[in-house]
Amino acid sequence: MNEKGMTVIVKTVTRYISGLIFLFGLYILLFGHLTPGGGFAGGVIMAGCFILITLSFGKEEIEKFLKHKKVTFLESLGALIFLIMSFLPVIFGKDYFLNIIHQKFGSIYFKFLSSGNIIIYNIGIAIKVMAGIFFVFFILSITRVVVFKGDYKIVKRK
Amino acid sequence: MIEVITSLFLIFMILGALIALESRDLFSSIISIGVVGFILSALFLFLKAPDIAIVQIVIEILTLVILIRATISRDVCFYEDTREFFPFAVNIIFLLLFSIIFISVLKYMPEFGEISSKVREFYLKEGFKKTGAANIVTSVILDFRGYDTLGEATVLFTSILGAVTLLRRRAKNE
Amino acid sequence: MIWILTFILFAIGVYGVVCKRNLVKIILGFMILDYAINLFLILIGYRKGGIAPIISQNENLQEFVSKAVDPLPQALVLTSIVIGLAITALFVAIAIRIYEKFGTFDISKIKELKG
Repeated sequence: MNEKGMTVIVKTVTRYISGLIFLFGLYILLFGHLTPGGGFAGGVIMAGCFILITLSFGKEEIEKFLKHKKVTFLESLGALIFLIMSFLPVIFGKDYFLNIIHQKFGSIYFKFLSSGNIIIYNIGIAIKVMAGIFFVFFILSITRVVVFKGDYKIVKRK
Repeated sequence: MIEVITSLFLIFMILGALIALESRDLFSSIISIGVVGFILSALFLFLKAPDIAIVQIVIEILTLVILIRATISRDVCFYEDTREFFPFAVNIIFLLLFSIIFISVLKYMPEFGEISSKVREFYLKEGFKKTGAANIVTSVILDFRGYDTLGEATVLFTSILGAVTLLRRRAKNE
Repeated sequence: MIWILTFILFAIGVYGVVCKRNLVKIILGFMILDYAINLFLILIGYRKGGIAPIISQNENLQEFVSKAVDPLPQALVLTSIVIGLAITALFVAIAIRIYEKFGTFDISKIKELKG
């Protein structure tokens, strides 16, 4: 059990720090319309938290709470949120991609809920980017090439 | 002042790119490409683009992790450089042609820092009023130019689908 | 001066893509091309003495409009960087598949093997 992943120093530091990294990504995501940041940066930072756990603990640890099918579901969910929110004004007879929430409850500035649709777009993009980038890294890390008696053989990583 | 900083950083970036392409060791060339990316991120911060700086520094870390994962577990760290004559000559001819075009265009380029487009004032003035977001870049990419972001999401989805499809079959067979 | 240095960076990227024989070096050449084009777009949008395009709470809107840098190239580059990561991941996947099939990263050896 101890041979999986990296040494005990890396595991201890990861155990304390990974939650803080996830929280920082959430902050960058949710305040993307008032400060620098936004959906892309927040999603990539949250994916980096999961990649850190995968690198230091091995892939069995991450599969306990983030299964293969769940990642695929999250990626589709992000794209679906973005599409539904962009089609919402069409239902009410307005233009595509119109910011209807801000037009209805206007004149709130410099507050958390000040920009209408933009925060929901940000959440959708962040979920999509996080799931996609983590999935690519996961697929890249389970195939490995070893040299076995002079010829090449592909094994699944134990 | 900003010209001196930009020129200095660009010279360091050119040196890093040359080392990355000419080094015999694959691992050290990947480390040099990381140096180029981090200098680029600092340069974005000097050019008043904090959004781009954050995204660039995070993406650079992830690219380094993916590239090291792809190369360091292989048994070829050193390699022989076999250079052929024909692509080299084609490249030299192409670059000469391209630099002639570039020099003839350079006369009409304005000075650095003097360019201003008309659409800039529209975005800055109306972006805050019409969307309520204090960050104008966010209001441009998610409200005025939402089609761009939609197309970008499609490209990301397609490329991830391609990578997964290429790699999945052999891992499942074993 | 700055335009010429940016062009030199672009030329180094083209040299890496066309002349190098190793697949990893070709990927690095594409990344250098990406950096040069992003930097060129951001340099076009810069104004001397400009401020970042983010309004703070006690700031006059008229003064802000006259001083801020161009937000449009920044929005385009923000999209372009993330696409660059996705393209790099796809390249790495193709390179790994080629390595599994032929056992080398060198494309001139792959040409000989196909024969």
